[in-house]
Amino acid sequence: MSFPESLHAAYDVIVIGAGPAGLAAAATTAEAGLRTLLVDENSAPGGQIYRAITTSPLKNSSILGKDYEAGNDLVHTFEKSGADRLAGCTVWSLDRERVVGLSCGGEARLIKAERVIIATGAMERPFPIPGWTLPGVMTIGAGQTLLKSSGLIPSGRLALAGQGPLLWLYAAQILRAGGHIAAIFDTTPLANYISAALHLPGFIFSPYWTKGLGLIREVKRAVKIVTGVTRLEAQGKNKLQTLVWEAGSRTGSIDLDVLMLHQGVVPHVNLAMAAGIKHEWDAIQLCFRPVLDESGNSSIKGIMIAGDGAGIGGAESAAERGRLAAIDTVANLRPDALAQIPSRDNVRNRLAQTMRGRAFLDHLYRPSKVFRIPQDASTIVCRCEEITAGEIRASIAIGATGPNQLKAYRRTGMGPCQGRLCSLTVTELMADERGKSPEEIGYYRLRSPVKPISLAELASIPQDETAIKAVVRG
Amino acid sequence: MFKRATNHQEPAVQITVDGLPVTARRGDTVSAAILTAGCVEPYRYTAVNGTPRAPYCMMGVCFDCLVTIDGIGNRQGCLIPVSDGMVITRQNGKREIES
Ligand SMILES: Cc1cc2nc3c(=O)[nH]c(=O)nc-3n(C[C@H](O)[C@@H](O)[C@H](O)COP(=O)(O)OP(=O)(O)OC[C@H]3O[C@@H](n4cnc5c(N)ncnc54)[C@H](O)[C@@H]3O)c2cc1C
Ligand code: FES
Repeated sequence: MSFPESLHAAYDVIVIGAGPAGLAAAATTAEAGLRTLLVDENSAPGGQIYRAITTSPLKNSSILGKDYEAGNDLVHTFEKSGADRLAGCTVWSLDRERVVGLSCGGEARLIKAERVIIATGAMERPFPIPGWTLPGVMTIGAGQTLLKSSGLIPSGRLALAGQGPLLWLYAAQILRAGGHIAAIFDTTPLANYISAALHLPGFIFSPYWTKGLGLIREVKRAVKIVTGVTRLEAQGKNKLQTLVWEAGSRTGSIDLDVLMLHQGVVPHVNLAMAAGIKHEWDAIQLCFRPVLDESGNSSIKGIMIAGDGAGIGGAESAAERGRLAAIDTVANLRPDALAQIPSRDNVRNRLAQTMRGRAFLDHLYRPSKVFRIPQDASTIVCRCEEITAGEIRASIAIGATGPNQLKAYRRTGMGPCQGRLCSLTVTELMADERGKSPEEIGYYRLRSPVKPISLAELASIPQDETAIKAVVRG
Repeated sequence: MFKRATNHQEPAVQITVDGLPVTARRGDTVSAAILTAGCVEPYRYTAVNGTPRAPYCMMGVCFDCLVTIDGIGNRQGCLIPVSDGMVITRQNGKREIES
C-alpha cells in the first residue's frame, strides 16, 4: 500500500483511527460536505471492538456475538459518506498547526487539516507480573485480535488471568469457537464488590447487566474459576511452562502453554501527548486522560479527541462521542450544513444512555495495587529496555524524582514502544515510593515520531521550492 | 501456539520464515502466520539482553513482534498483512555491522 494519487494536499478534517469513534466522526463530517480523510494503521476498518469486521473468517457466525455485528452499520454508513480512507497508514506526528505526519508503504507525507479528530482508542493496561515477557504470555486482547481477524484459538493448555468485561467476553468466544480453557484466575479485589455496590442502581438499568451476567454464567458452567487471586508468576526457561498463583492463603501451580492477561483498558495517549495536549490523572480509572470540553475540544485549538482515547466509556459511547466531535466541527467550519446531520441534543441524550452503568464497572474492575505496582524486585517493568522494578526503586533511592529523570538513569520508556507498556507502572511506582500522587509525578514527556519511521521515509516527503531554498546556501 | 477454529475458506498465501515455507491465509498478519505455523520458536530474541520474546499485544503497542520483512528490519508483524512471496526473517538479538 502506498499513497493514492487521489489524496489531497490538505483536508478540512483528518480523523485518526477507524474504530467506532473515528468511523462515526468521519462519516458525519463527510455527510456535511467537509473534505474528510480517515487514517488507520490497520488494513481493515473497525478499531479494536469491530476488528476485521469486513474481513473476519468468523463473520456471520455466532462465535463473536451480536455486539460485534453492530460494526457493520458503522462501516456501511462511513463508506456511503464520501470520506477518503487511508488504510495501513500510521500517523507518526501531529503538531499545534494541525499538520499530520503519515507513513504508508515506506513513504511519508505531511498533510494539514483545519480540524483533527484523534480517535486512537484505548490499549490494555500493563500487567507486570514476574515472567510476563516469556513467549506464551500475551494479553487477552491479543488473543481476541487473533480470533477476530484470523479465526485462531490457542492450541495447548490455556489459562486466563485478570479481570474485566473483556476477560469474560473472550472466554465465552473461545468456548463457542470450540476452544478449551484450563482455568481462569480472577484478580478482582473482593473489596471492590462493596465499593461497586453503591453504583449498582445505574448498572441494573443498563444493557451491560443482563449481557454481563449471561456471559459470566456461560463461562462458569464450563471453566474452573479461582477468585480473589493476589499473586501470579509465570515461570519457564525459554517459554511459559508454569503459572504459580496465590489467592490469600491458598496457593497452587498449573502447567500451561498459553497464559493471557488482562486488567482493563486505558486511553492510548501517545499521539495526543506528543502533540502537547494537556492531560490529567483520573483517580477512579487510574490512568491519564486528556482534558477536554463537552464536545471533545482539547487544550490545542482545532484538535479534538473522541472515543476511548478521551477516557474509557465503551464502544457505543465512542461512536456518540465521535458524532459530537463531528457536529462541533461542522458548526465551526460549515454551519449551514448542520441541518443535514444528527442534532447535538439527540447525540448528547444517546451518549448519556450509553454511559449508564459505567461507574459500576469502573469501581468493580479497578485493578488491585499489587498488579499495578510490582512487588517483586525481579519483575520487568520496561519490556523494551528490560528494566526491573528493583532497578527502578534503586534509581529512586539515589535521586531519580520522576519518569523523565529516570530515562537518564535507566533508559526506561526510550525503547521502540515509547513507554506505552511501562509509563503507567513507572508513574505509579514512583508515586508510591516517593509518597506523592501520580498527578504530581507526571508522565514521560512524549515527542514525535510516536512510531519509529525510517530516514528513507522522511526523505520521501515532497519538498516545495521554499523549503529547498531554506537550506541551500549560495 | 495457535490453530484455526474454522474450516478457513480464505485463499492460501505462501510466505517464507527464515527460509522455511509457511502457508498462511489471506487476512492473516505476519505475526498470526508465524504463531500458527509453529515451526519457528522463539519468535525473536531481544536486542538488549538476547532474551526470547513473542508478540504480546497484537495491536501495535508493545513492539514485541518486530521482524524483518523483505529486507526491511524492525517491522511490526502484528500490523502487516501477509502477501504472496513475502520473505520474513527473525531478528536474533543485536544487529551486527557487516564488513
Ligand atoms: C485489544 C482490545 C480489544 C477490545 N475488544 C473489545 C470488545 O470485544 N468489545 C468491547 O465492547 N470493547 C472492546 N475493547 C474496548 C475498546 O476500547 C472499545 O470500547 C472500542 O473499540 C473503542 O473505540 P474507539 O473508536 O475509541 O477506538 P478503537 O476501536 O480502539 O480504534 C482506534 C483505532 O486507531 C488506530 N490507531 C491508533 N494509533 C494510531 C496511529 N498512530 N496511526 C494510525 N492509526 C492509529 C488503531 O489501529 C485503531 O484501529 C477492546 C479494547 C482493546 C484494547
Ligand atoms: S504484538 Fe505488540 S506491537 Fe505487535
